[in-house]
Amino acid sequence: MVDFGGWEMPQQYSSIRDEHLAVRKVAGLFDVSHMGRFRVAGDSSLEFVQHLVTNDVAQLAHGQAQYNLLLNEDAGIVDDLVVYRGSEGWFVVVNASNREKDLEWFRSHAPSDVEIEDRTFELALIAFQGPRAQELLPWQGAALDSIPYFGFGHGDVAGIHALISRTGYTGEDGFELFVSSDRVGEVWDAILEHGRSAGVLPAGLGARDATRLEAALRLWGNDMDETVNPYEAGLGWTVKPAKGDFIGREAVQRARAEGPRRQLVGLKMQPGDIARHGAAVSSQGRRLGVITSGTHSFFLGYPIALASVEARSLQVGDRAVVEVRGREAPAEVVKLPFYRGSARSLSEKKEGRHG
Amino acid sequence: MAERRYTKTHEWVTVDGKHATIGITDFAQSQLGDVVFLELPSVGRKLGERETFGVIESVKAASDLYSPVAGRISAVNDKLSGKPELVNSDPYGDGWILKLELAGDPPSDLLDEAAYKKVTEAAAG
Repeated sequence: MVDFGGWEMPQQYSSIRDEHLAVRKVAGLFDVSHMGRFRVAGDSSLEFVQHLVTNDVAQLAHGQAQYNLLLNEDAGIVDDLVVYRGSEGWFVVVNASNREKDLEWFRSHAPSDVEIEDRTFELALIAFQGPRAQELLPWQGAALDSIPYFGFGHGDVAGIHALISRTGYTGEDGFELFVSSDRVGEVWDAILEHGRSAGVLPAGLGARDATRLEAALRLWGNDMDETVNPYEAGLGWTVKPAKGDFIGREAVQRARAEGPRRQLVGLKMQPGDIARHGAAVSSQGRRLGVITSGTHSFFLGYPIALASVEARSLQVGDRAVVEVRGREAPAEVVKLPFYRGSARSLSEKKEGRHG
Repeated sequence: MAERRYTKTHEWVTVDGKHATIGITDFAQSQLGDVVFLELPSVGRKLGERETFGVIESVKAASDLYSPVAGRISAVNDKLSGKPELVNSDPYGDGWILKLELAGDPPSDLLDEAAYKKVTEAAAG
């Protein structure tokens, strides 16, 4: 067990390798209840959310979700989040490590008629992810096939009500289920029991980090933070200045006009050379940046990493070196994502979406 | 089979005459998590007691490997280059790391099973 944003979480249930491969080949079940969940209610909720986030939430119909960023006035990324628009109001899912900061951020910007309720502890969140997730989920309710990517609906697992969205953080097709915390254990057991013979496994943080990294999905605190703007994180596609004013709009437009100072690139490493967060990245004796995330991919069979480097300094196919165990390990710049799984696509780019 | 002895730094050794076999303990592998790579020396190299001879890399972290005994390396487990996960699945069997021809007697402060168990219980806290 490891501490993750104040939550005690399993790095693995059995083995990271087995769990990772189960997610890529069958399906894996993640407990992601550590992520923060807020309900936003009140007459001017749309205008309020629209003012906080970068993407255009006015485009959302009821039953649709959208990947978003919160920016500060300098266009630094305060957090990334998914915004849900339901018939009964708005809902957001934020990173565990930012829950308290984000709650304060939402509340301090809310007009008097908008209420922000922290539902993190009453409502659990589990993610069932993999190419066979739809087939293997014991589900009764809204026809799963009719739920589009980033859409959501309602139904039951083992007779227990769940809100289900076709979202995730692995690059695979799959779902996230919001279930009452006092019943989630039954839902968890029912999904595992139903899928056991097909090879479904519970999956921990290790498999979650490896699958999200293969899919090149950013992790706040590693690949971006309040000193990084959306263009530097490769998330410019989430920024819609034409929608009207929002926090950080002026700065983000300026950042876009000036062009990013750095960029995120994907690196493929030699077996055994795991590039760790913070390791120096250089080319021809010149330091270009640092590793933001790195792990061994049991699925691809080699280590992979994301690096934040000087803008335009590295292209796909270029060679670089990364400091690994005190020596220079060779790296090749490769196209992102490292692996494109079974996830359905939006018309927009899917890299960088969020679970 | 000779009795297995342990170090406080979570290596194990079995000694049969002048021949020793070493590896890392079950506790060590469980703490490291999935092992993905071992950087190991060549046959013939001489190791001192407590000398660092390689690196074990898991998904979580890279750690140095120490030899609990002094001697000359007589064999390196070649299977680990293709299947490093043997260190996780069978740390005392197919997951052995090196064989050595001992130089002198093994150190007297190696731990027996009961003493090592106390070390791991303290470490697990």
